[in-house]
Amino acid sequence: MWDVCDEDVDILCGLHDMKNNGLMLLSCLNIVIVCCMACSRSPAVRRWLLVDIFTALKHTYVQMWAYKNTVEYPQQHTPRSPHFRGLLALRRYESGEERCIACRLCEVTCPAVAITIESTVENEKRVATRFDIDAFKCIHCGLCQEACPVDAIVLTQQEHVVYDTRGDNILTKEVLLGFGDVYAPHQAACESEI
Amino acid sequence: MNLTHGFLLMGYACCIIIGVLISVAYLTTAERKILGWMQGRRGPNSVGFGGMLQPLADGIKFIYKECIIPTHANTILFRLAPLMVVVPGWLMWAIVPIAPGVVFADIPLGILWILAMGGLASLGILCAGWASHSVYALLGGMRAVSQMIAYGVGLSLSLMSVVIVSGSMNLSAIVASQSGGIWHWWVWPLLPVCCVFWIASIAETHRNPFDVVEGESELVAGYHVEYSGMGFALFFIAEYGAMYLSALWMSLLFFGGWHSPFSNIIFLDAVTSWIPGSVWLLMKVVFWVFVYIWVRASLPRYRYDQIMYVGWRVLVPVALLWIPIVSFFMVCLGELS
Repeated sequence: MWDVCDEDVDILCGLHDMKNNGLMLLSCLNIVIVCCMACSRSPAVRRWLLVDIFTALKHTYVQMWAYKNTVEYPQQHTPRSPHFRGLLALRRYESGEERCIACRLCEVTCPAVAITIESTVENEKRVATRFDIDAFKCIHCGLCQEACPVDAIVLTQQEHVVYDTRGDNILTKEVLLGFGDVYAPHQAACESEI
Repeated sequence: MNLTHGFLLMGYACCIIIGVLISVAYLTTAERKILGWMQGRRGPNSVGFGGMLQPLADGIKFIYKECIIPTHANTILFRLAPLMVVVPGWLMWAIVPIAPGVVFADIPLGILWILAMGGLASLGILCAGWASHSVYALLGGMRAVSQMIAYGVGLSLSLMSVVIVSGSMNLSAIVASQSGGIWHWWVWPLLPVCCVFWIASIAETHRNPFDVVEGESELVAGYHVEYSGMGFALFFIAEYGAMYLSALWMSLLFFGGWHSPFSNIIFLDAVTSWIPGSVWLLMKVVFWVFVYIWVRASLPRYRYDQIMYVGWRVLVPVALLWIPIVSFFMVCLGELS
């Protein structure tokens, strides 16, 4: 099995005389006929010659070497607007006093009814005792940000948020103020851009 | 047959099996990357350097998955079906010659072996579809089997033309009969038959554009919808192994096998004669496998009735018609000078 070489197989199968002129003629005829058919405009001929399929193949091959717009996320990011509506946050003034005056404009305007507010008056100032946003209900429309008269509630640029304990999705006032403290400088920078 | 010979054969068989497994694994990644590049994106490129370890990740994923057997499924057939599809596919590798004289089993009826193993595979698919006890699987299996039978006829008839011109069913002999130059390759006298063979091969392996069997938008995954984990991986191996085999048959039977396209051409033969035959065969196989993927990226799926039409009313007549034509040219006009 290992020592049968090309010439031996040739002779064994009596193939030496099989490379005959009739087949050469057929080959030439084939090539000539295909070339003539390729020049034809008849739709039937084009269908039999699979011209449209070859057009599709050529197009795909060209596309294979074309420039790819792939953005290698997360190593690369697509550009993002300063208006991007990400995670919610409650802001403070420069002095550290919280901005929210519990006017409930955001609660009223929220289309998803995600905000719940309860307030009291302390030190002649109205303050929210309960400011809950259900993050699962929030649709990040930004209407609360537009409605707020003191720029307390804002939507930051942060998009990667994970809630791994049941109940974490209810963002309380402390959590929102915490977000605000973390994202405050960035928010101020974005505000100056807007 | 002494012991050394037996061990050599076993070693060769192990090489074939391991080689096929690794090639099939990397073919999945190659397909995803090439498909991606043709579709304006890059394929998987995170795992390993440029995505080269993706098959490893896929393999680990398959092994970890639980093999779920549906409640009313026929358990024996369900477990046997992937084997019935995979084993004939692997058996076909036994007759593949990669160089003159280097073949595991040099049987005199190689072409018949190809057709027989192909037929066995369709039985496995029918079992898979039926044993899954799911309507999608059953429909997918039925479609697959009728498609394979239809295109199997076209395949057999095109192989008959090859047998007629080369005078033998032995694959080594068929390749040897194409020696002497690129004009001796069987693709030229058998050009339409080669096209029939290629289209029938694509249909036999259920590849796009003939993949209604696994048409995701219609049948989810056809006959292997209920398979998970290694069962599914075995079907995958069978399909991609069949891709390699079809590329091999194209290269061996029509495109000269291990013969260089530059042989007997004055200058180029001397320049390229150092390239061994196996490398030429490898390049041809790689090209045809690339064409498999290329066609998948380019063409929409045929409708099922269109598939049946093409199989029975286009491919079979062309292949059938070419047999007397080529016989006429070979016998009656053969003595022209």
